[in-house]
Amino acid sequence: MKKFILDFTVVENVRLNYQYVLLKLTHNKKLPPILPGQFAQVRVDGSPETFLRRPISINFVDSERNELWLLIQVVGAGTRWMSELKPGKLLNLILPLGNTFTVPDNKNARIALIGGGVGVAPMLMYGEWLHRNGFKCNFMIGARSKIDLLQLNEFNKYGEVFTTTEDGTYGEKGFITQHSRFNTPNFDYIYTCGPTPMMKAVARYAQENDIFCEASLENVMGCGIGTCLCCVTDTTEGNLTVCAEGPIFNVTKLKWQI
Amino acid sequence: MADLTTKLGTIQLKNPVITASGTFGYGTEHLDFMDLSRIGGIIVKGTTLRERQGNPYPRMAETPSGMLNAVGLQNKGVDYFVKHIYPNIKDYDTSIFVNVSGSTVEEYVKVAEIINDLEQIPGIELNISCPNVKEGGMAFGVSCPLATEVVKAVRKVYKKELMVKLSPNVTDIAEIARAIEGEGADSLSLINTLLGMAVDVKSRKPVLSTITGGLSGPAVNPVALRMVWQVANAVKIPVVGLGGIMNATDAVEFLLVGASAVQVGTANFIDPAISVKIVEGIDKYLNDNGFNSVSEIVGGMIV
Repeated sequence: MKKFILDFTVVENVRLNYQYVLLKLTHNKKLPPILPGQFAQVRVDGSPETFLRRPISINFVDSERNELWLLIQVVGAGTRWMSELKPGKLLNLILPLGNTFTVPDNKNARIALIGGGVGVAPMLMYGEWLHRNGFKCNFMIGARSKIDLLQLNEFNKYGEVFTTTEDGTYGEKGFITQHSRFNTPNFDYIYTCGPTPMMKAVARYAQENDIFCEASLENVMGCGIGTCLCCVTDTTEGNLTVCAEGPIFNVTKLKWQI
Repeated sequence: MADLTTKLGTIQLKNPVITASGTFGYGTEHLDFMDLSRIGGIIVKGTTLRERQGNPYPRMAETPSGMLNAVGLQNKGVDYFVKHIYPNIKDYDTSIFVNVSGSTVEEYVKVAEIINDLEQIPGIELNISCPNVKEGGMAFGVSCPLATEVVKAVRKVYKKELMVKLSPNVTDIAEIARAIEGEGADSLSLINTLLGMAVDVKSRKPVLSTITGGLSGPAVNPVALRMVWQVANAVKIPVVGLGGIMNATDAVEFLLVGASAVQVGTANFIDPAISVKIVEGIDKYLNDNGFNSVSEIVGGMIV
């Protein structure tokens, strides 16, 4: 897929809670093709402390409005800068980067999209894509507390939503992998993105039950296009770049200890 | 438009901007962003005799105005390069160099011999300065006897442009530069990364899996400039300057202190099309200041 370096304009900066914002961006020309699961390398201007670009998942593409959404968790100086951008400001992106999810081979497949924290970001775009293409999906979303559950209204448009919170303030109490939905068999395809312990637990469940499972990794990156080899993950094929050969990997290929 | 050509030992580059090894892949990764024929050269990823997996993750730490890396020469080995990569890149309309590395003198020699047979590779950059491998690499570049030994051995088998990449992690870089010149190198490139480290105070652990790594980016620029100036004054062979070049002004600084060409490295990560912009910027500088060619400003610093 052809990659571009493009300036986007901030249309809206929606503060979702104390640590998340949703940036809605637009571009003066029609957006290039972007697939679910891909990401952008966002340039952070104005400070020597934020020298490199930041890899950010593409949360949603609204073709009608020519909008691209980025879900930002404020974790450091770079994401703080992004979270403070006002409408009208420019943001320079390299996109679309990385691979996409492997689509189920039949429309009756039982699909789970499991996200935790900012890991829900790519699941919205993929869920919308699956819904638009006649698939049915279950969104399994975990968070620490009610306030940390993001975009539930959006997810509800494209499938059934199941939630857990660690403090029990919303949905079932516990981790998402402990949700009662997992007691009733079963799923044919699982896709997951979120904190590594959560993804490992999902991978373990999938492997124990012989379910196809892909995980979207978010290693620290340099270039984003497969040249610097900084973001590698150990796989059955050796060290592969998360930016160019991922970020989505079949969990059976990953040599992580689950 | 000024004459941008520059001579590098045995070959002529169409302009003085080369992309640095390990920051530009094999050029292929940048095709969507720029026209490779617009730049003077590409130095492809460090290549060793056998496949190397490199160091474990994490291999990178962002630091003020720069980054530390500890990739450790991950590559598929020279045979893979010859069979699967060379056919795809050999017809690029620019000068392609292969960065050659090894753990022993014999390994350097074998890789150089194999690359010597590739018709459309006009030169190699001998990497005796990688700080991220346990054996070989920088060990050769920080010791004058070892540096001369490896250059002498490679010179015997390698007949084309032999550029040697120097380590800044030495007491007297001019001394090593002179010794390498004495063994028949055609040109020198410097600097490789500066040895550095970073600690995560929350976990109290080093950020890099290897504890130390190589610092690059604008943070190293003044150090690189100083070393290029010292080496350019110490040797007669052409010098290629690199270290934190982010724009044409940075590149012109290196030319003024005596570099015949420059390499652009870390800047490729922030703007994958930056190398072409630097070519255009050098041309503009020459035109704006009444120069007709790059050679007029090489070593042109007024002291």
